[in-house]
Amino acid sequence: MAFCDAIILGAGVNGLACARRLQQAGLSVLVLEAASEPGGGARVVEFHPGFRAPALAHATMGLDPRLARLVPVALHPPMVTIANGLRVVAGQAEGPDTVAWSRLHTRLTRFAHVLAPFRRMAALNPGGGNDRLALVRRGLALKLLGRGELRELMRLILINVHDVAEDELTDDRLRGLLAFDATLGAWAGPRSPNTLILYLDRLARGPFPLVPVGGMGALVAALSTGLSIRCNTRVARVLVEGERAVGVALDNGEEIRATRVISALNTRTTLQDLVGARHLDTGLYRRAGHIRMRGGAARLLLALRGLPDLDNPAARHVLAPSSRAVDSAFDPAKYGQVPQHPVLEFILPSVLDPALAPPGAHVLSATVQFAPHSPRDPDAARAQMLENTLKVLEVHIPGLRAEILHARMLIPSDIYTLYGLPDWHHGELAVEQMLFNRPLYGLHRHATPIEGLWLASAGCHPGGGIEGAAGWNAAEALLEARQ
Amino acid sequence: MTPFRHYETPLMPTPLHTRTAPLNRLNRWGNWAGCMTPLCFGDVDMEYTAIRNAATLYDLCAMVKYRIIGNEAADFLNRLTLRNAAKLAVGAVHYTAWCDDDGKLLDDGTLFRKGLQDFLLCCQERHLPWLLDSAKGFEVSIVEVSNQVAALSLQGPCSASVLSAAGFDVWGLKPFRMGDFPFQGGTLTLSRTGFTGDLGYELWFAPDQALALWDHLMEAGAPWGLRPIGSDALNLARIEAGFLIPNMDFIPAHQALREDRTRSPLEMGLDWLIDWDKGHFTGRRALVAERARGSDWAFVGLDIPGNVSAEGSILYHNQKREVGMITAAAWSPALKASIALAQVRARHARGANLWVEIYALRELQYAKLMLPVRVVERPFFNPPRRRATPPARV
Ligand SMILES: Cc1cc2nc3c(=O)[nH]c(=O)nc-3n(C[C@H](O)[C@H](O)[C@H](O)COP(=O)(O)OP(=O)(O)OC[C@H]3O[C@@H](n4cnc5c(N)ncnc54)[C@H](O)[C@@H]3O)c2cc1C
Repeated sequence: MAFCDAIILGAGVNGLACARRLQQAGLSVLVLEAASEPGGGARVVEFHPGFRAPALAHATMGLDPRLARLVPVALHPPMVTIANGLRVVAGQAEGPDTVAWSRLHTRLTRFAHVLAPFRRMAALNPGGGNDRLALVRRGLALKLLGRGELRELMRLILINVHDVAEDELTDDRLRGLLAFDATLGAWAGPRSPNTLILYLDRLARGPFPLVPVGGMGALVAALSTGLSIRCNTRVARVLVEGERAVGVALDNGEEIRATRVISALNTRTTLQDLVGARHLDTGLYRRAGHIRMRGGAARLLLALRGLPDLDNPAARHVLAPSSRAVDSAFDPAKYGQVPQHPVLEFILPSVLDPALAPPGAHVLSATVQFAPHSPRDPDAARAQMLENTLKVLEVHIPGLRAEILHARMLIPSDIYTLYGLPDWHHGELAVEQMLFNRPLYGLHRHATPIEGLWLASAGCHPGGGIEGAAGWNAAEALLEARQ
Repeated sequence: MTPFRHYETPLMPTPLHTRTAPLNRLNRWGNWAGCMTPLCFGDVDMEYTAIRNAATLYDLCAMVKYRIIGNEAADFLNRLTLRNAAKLAVGAVHYTAWCDDDGKLLDDGTLFRKGLQDFLLCCQERHLPWLLDSAKGFEVSIVEVSNQVAALSLQGPCSASVLSAAGFDVWGLKPFRMGDFPFQGGTLTLSRTGFTGDLGYELWFAPDQALALWDHLMEAGAPWGLRPIGSDALNLARIEAGFLIPNMDFIPAHQALREDRTRSPLEMGLDWLIDWDKGHFTGRRALVAERARGSDWAFVGLDIPGNVSAEGSILYHNQKREVGMITAAAWSPALKASIALAQVRARHARGANLWVEIYALRELQYAKLMLPVRVVERPFFNPPRRRATPPARV
């Protein structure tokens, strides 16, 4: 293998985004991926003979615009959300709260747009070294909100989403949707502090979930185009010589050398396992162990004999009857228990992309919350999570059980074992782990104390989801340092 | 479960307490790592004089001690500390120090290598969480043995003779070496180490041997005037020897509340400890950068005119600009000089036009002195007998 400018570890959306940006800038890059295919959380897996589905992420809130410009991906029209039976598309909702929902959506979207540019610039550094011009522009945008709205943003920015739901809405079905979407992928319930900002972060990416034409697989294929990716290649160690990263060693002992190593897999794994204590200061090693990564999202895939009886089979269905219900689903998980009535979103990917299932058959893909992140008895927790989830689904889709050929439930510990993703974001997206504290203060500009080693996964600013912003930001930081 | 009754004894008596208490005529006790240790038994001058002219016993039980055992004990210590532990011979001891990620000192201490994979680290502050976190990824076990290992320091020009009379043949023991010796059916470890800058030894033993050992040494040492000493006299001797004490000469980085109060080994004159070539250790990157950039502070020994102690005084450049702080000072009986240890801004480390302002309290009024100081070599006092092997029989 020829010596290259950069080795990228992990072909998840962030590894791919980073690779594409660096390649565009003229660097020779090689992506190493442990799995048999690229894509990370977005890759499509066969979970039952003839039935395929996205491993974890079944939709995106939108790719990073910089990445989308470089890699155009055809998307299905905006996905309709059926929230507890109610039709919602962005700011339009049915029911008694039509006006209130629209007003709330408009206001929160405006706030989100003020915050969005921060996601695409290097994380602010309280110690200085910021892009002043960009900061002035962002500051101006905040000012343009006007005094009243700015005050309102300040009031809301660290509030819990439950309070907002109660204050602004009357319809429990919409309150439930707001609470569900805000806490999706978080280790937090709607009553946990700082949860509205998670909703703003979601809105900053886009108003509705999107599915690529051809499914998540097509998205991964588009991102991978033109890259040299070695699959079935597990990196065991980052080679450090004289305090510099000089390449990697694979689990089969093979060594690959390069000018730089960019890790687009979990930050803790990168520092503690791939680099290891011997090359790190104790303080950093310790802090890497303290990054909070509690996953609460479980994944349910059902192979179905036929199309379930649903009004809108192409929609995203959210079953979260109220904000209280979301909160009640989080409570037991905090104590390592499985909730009686989990809340969830599901789609039928095979409706948009029939190739995912045998003719006539279908796939139901659900993200279910909240599962305990490290239950004492994982087998029992998984079984109970499956049972409780099916009970919830059956109310919505009568007769569902009879249609199931195969059910696959993954709780967070399974997801970690299978995909190396401990939570949604490779490090919880929470206020205290945002911006310059992401993944850790001092590493927020993607560089590590080990020269030539960079971080690019969702664990970095601005976080996870199928977006590629963190990977792109890492590439930008690296390119800037190279000048 | 252990019943927690620590509040009944805010200061823990050491295993030697029943011997030291009746001798402590002044009842002057200090808090050392939570233990009750004598500051002075009766006369600090007599105690100091015994260190330099006879032999002294000092209760070292309060020393914080960690036993570090395992296949990768040396690797672990190389990651933790500044010196190269792999180069330390079995049966030898070295002085070392360790830093946080920013290359700021956490503590200094002595490292004893008892076996290839068996070390004892002795220091003043407690560091178990830091040591355990530093040990992750290494095949090593770390146990705090502060209460399992008792210790006594026997220092002074007659100390070898006292030990010899007590039945411990230490004549061949070189500085910074140790050996095991039988004692009343058990064994104890004797190292030629100490904090006085003089000929001296430290004895390491089980707490249940403490009283018998004390009695035995006091009896054997009587002809040489062996005398128990407290921390006050020892402090005088250590200033002459130019040794550092954490929380007096520097603030351990984990305890400093103010960001600018921490100091690096380069700033504390400990650069000679650092093995730059042994591979990575915590703080290395920061120290490499500091070496390239230059340090902000320096640690120096000072000679001060007159005989007024400069303890806690401020240093000035050209009598005007504050450039440093005296961290320890004393009238040195051995040198007949007023000496001090000080932190000073690095660019004034050579001492040109350096002054000290001393506020001497004289019957409720301060006499203000502004005196020119001279930077001098440390240690101030460094007699050949400290190194001579065998030591002179006296
Ligand atoms: C249950 C669940 C549902 C989700 N649903 C959605 C969703 O619907 N929409 C959405 O936008 N987001 C969703 N997410 C979040 C999303 O999956 C992640 O945020 C995203 O995958 C992070 O991308 P990444 O590139 O940073 O990391 P990853 O996708 O985790 O990619 C890391 C890659 O590194 C590889 N790797 C790991 N170790 C090694 C090694 N030693 N050597 C070589 N390669 C290695 C892995 O195989 C993987 O391909 C979901 C997450 C979970 C847990």
